[in-house]
Amino acid sequence: MTATKHPNSLKRKTRLGEKLIQAFFFFCGFVSIFTTLGIVVALGSQALRFFGEPSINPIELITTTNWSPNIGEIGIWSLVTSTLITTFLALLVAIPLGLAAAIYLSEYATPKVRNTLKPILEILAGVPTVVYGYFALTFMTPLLRLIFGSDVVKIYNMASAGLVCGVMIIPLICSMSEDALRAVPRSLREGSFGLGATKLETSLRVVLPAALSGVIAAIVVGTSRAIGETMIMATAAGAGPNFTFNPFESAETMAGHIVRISGGDVDYNSIDYTSIFIVGLTLFLMTLALNFLSRYFVNKYREVYE
Amino acid sequence: MLAENASIFYGAFRAVADVTLPVHERQITAIIGPSGCGKSTLLRAFNRMNDLVQSARVEGKILLDGDNIYAPDVDAVAVRRRVGMVFQRPNPFPKPIYDNVAYGVRLGNPRIPKPELDAIVEQSLRGAALWDEVKDKLKESGTALSGGQQQRLCIARAIAVQPDVLLMDEPCSALDPIATIKIEELMQTLKERYTIMIVTHNMQQAARASDYTVMMMMRPDRAGEMIEFDQTEQIFTNPRDKRTEDYVSGRFG
Ligand SMILES: Nc1ncnc2c1ncn2[C@@H]1O[C@H](COP(=O)(O)OP(=O)(O)OP(=O)(O)O)[C@@H](O)[C@H]1O
Ligand SMILES: [Mg+2]
Repeated sequence: MTATKHPNSLKRKTRLGEKLIQAFFFFCGFVSIFTTLGIVVALGSQALRFFGEPSINPIELITTTNWSPNIGEIGIWSLVTSTLITTFLALLVAIPLGLAAAIYLSEYATPKVRNTLKPILEILAGVPTVVYGYFALTFMTPLLRLIFGSDVVKIYNMASAGLVCGVMIIPLICSMSEDALRAVPRSLREGSFGLGATKLETSLRVVLPAALSGVIAAIVVGTSRAIGETMIMATAAGAGPNFTFNPFESAETMAGHIVRISGGDVDYNSIDYTSIFIVGLTLFLMTLALNFLSRYFVNKYREVYE
Repeated sequence: MLAENASIFYGAFRAVADVTLPVHERQITAIIGPSGCGKSTLLRAFNRMNDLVQSARVEGKILLDGDNIYAPDVDAVAVRRRVGMVFQRPNPFPKPIYDNVAYGVRLGNPRIPKPELDAIVEQSLRGAALWDEVKDKLKESGTALSGGQQQRLCIARAIAVQPDVLLMDEPCSALDPIATIKIEELMQTLKERYTIMIVTHNMQQAARASDYTVMMMMRPDRAGEMIEFDQTEQIFTNPRDKRTEDYVSGRFG
């Protein structure tokens, strides 16, 4: 061994860039956690204020069905059911169509077709939702009234808003699912074809299950979009809480209610104003529950490939 | 099976030229030759796997029991049910071991009673010399097995649909010597019932395990051609072509 130092010494080096990047990533992660906490605190403190009002009996939140906080009626179900109904209808449209489109694009379409269709789809995802709102009001509602009769279908109704909301989230579900499907290794498809499976069998029984966690993620994001969708609901679903299970009735959703109240000139100290924080908190809890549910589902059913 | 003047193209590129090859029933036919000479391409032509490549095209005939599998009225899916395939890298489905083996059977017979399916699964896993290792964990994922076990699972999956022919594309290249020997022994029992074609880079494997050997080579225009086909013993001890002699003795390629 000579005394001259080898250029590639084994000594530990401080890599400053590495450290900085690490700190930056930590910071980004911290910001998102901090934001979430901030939301909880903001919603929570206003909610506490609301429940502190003498005219409010917190238990009535879930035991009654009329929502009219200024006269002490706080049955949030009327807002929750309408949100669930519109979300359900939206998913009824978006999951089958979005998934079918995703399977088509990833398994059937030639590269040329895919490269044309996918950008178009992504443009569709970027259309402002207010446009969809007017599409619901001026196209879907008249169509529903034509089919089911204008005495059955109200001018503002949940069905129209929900279905159009479904159309709005098709591109989202399709695009995310397609990415998940395409990430499934080719070798799995070959294995299936080699056993005499058709393209459809391969897509549904091998590729789709292998991509399940990605597909579920797509559906969860789509569902969150539907639950939180504001403009379409405010435009087409109706502008007053209404406890009903009939999708052709007019009923305000939670998000729709929040914008209407916060957009109107209500006094910041009024009970109407603080009540929307309760609605917001409920909305937040619903999406949170959805996330936990999907995580459970994914862990239970996912099929891991290398 | 029998290939008659089969040429295989990727777009304008001819990857395999004019192969005429009788594949003997219930025998093992090995395909050897340097990398890129078209061994996989030729093998995959025997169950129309090349159909999955957009640009691929086959000229000439490949016969299965006298019927050209490339005739216009032939269904590629039906061909693949009779000519199974095991791939170079083990590719078990990310499903339970049981479902991996049952997969092909269920495709052909969705209403198969459970006891019958159980019997086929057990029989196939036994056939692939895997039963004893997995019989207590049929519900666990096929991807959780070792590489050699995965490859035997893929063989079990292929024989569960009772094909006539098994195509194997370097089935041992991702395995250690012991797992390799296991697969080779397995091939010897499988050949009692199946016609087997195997691509291999391992000369000892071809010499040990096969009955017939196909020697392929690339022409100057990069098309692969079959330069010699004979009984394995003949190829390894007394080849007619100088290039074969060089290749099998390791002086070349
Ligand atoms: N999907 C494809 N598209 C276009 N060309 C291909 C395709 N697959 C293979 N080829 C070409 O065909 C020729 C033969 O390839 P093949 O995979 O059959 O060789 P091989 O003998 O199996 O080689 P190896 O021993 O390395 O596996 C090569 O020149 C290759 O580049
Ligand atoms: Mg190959």
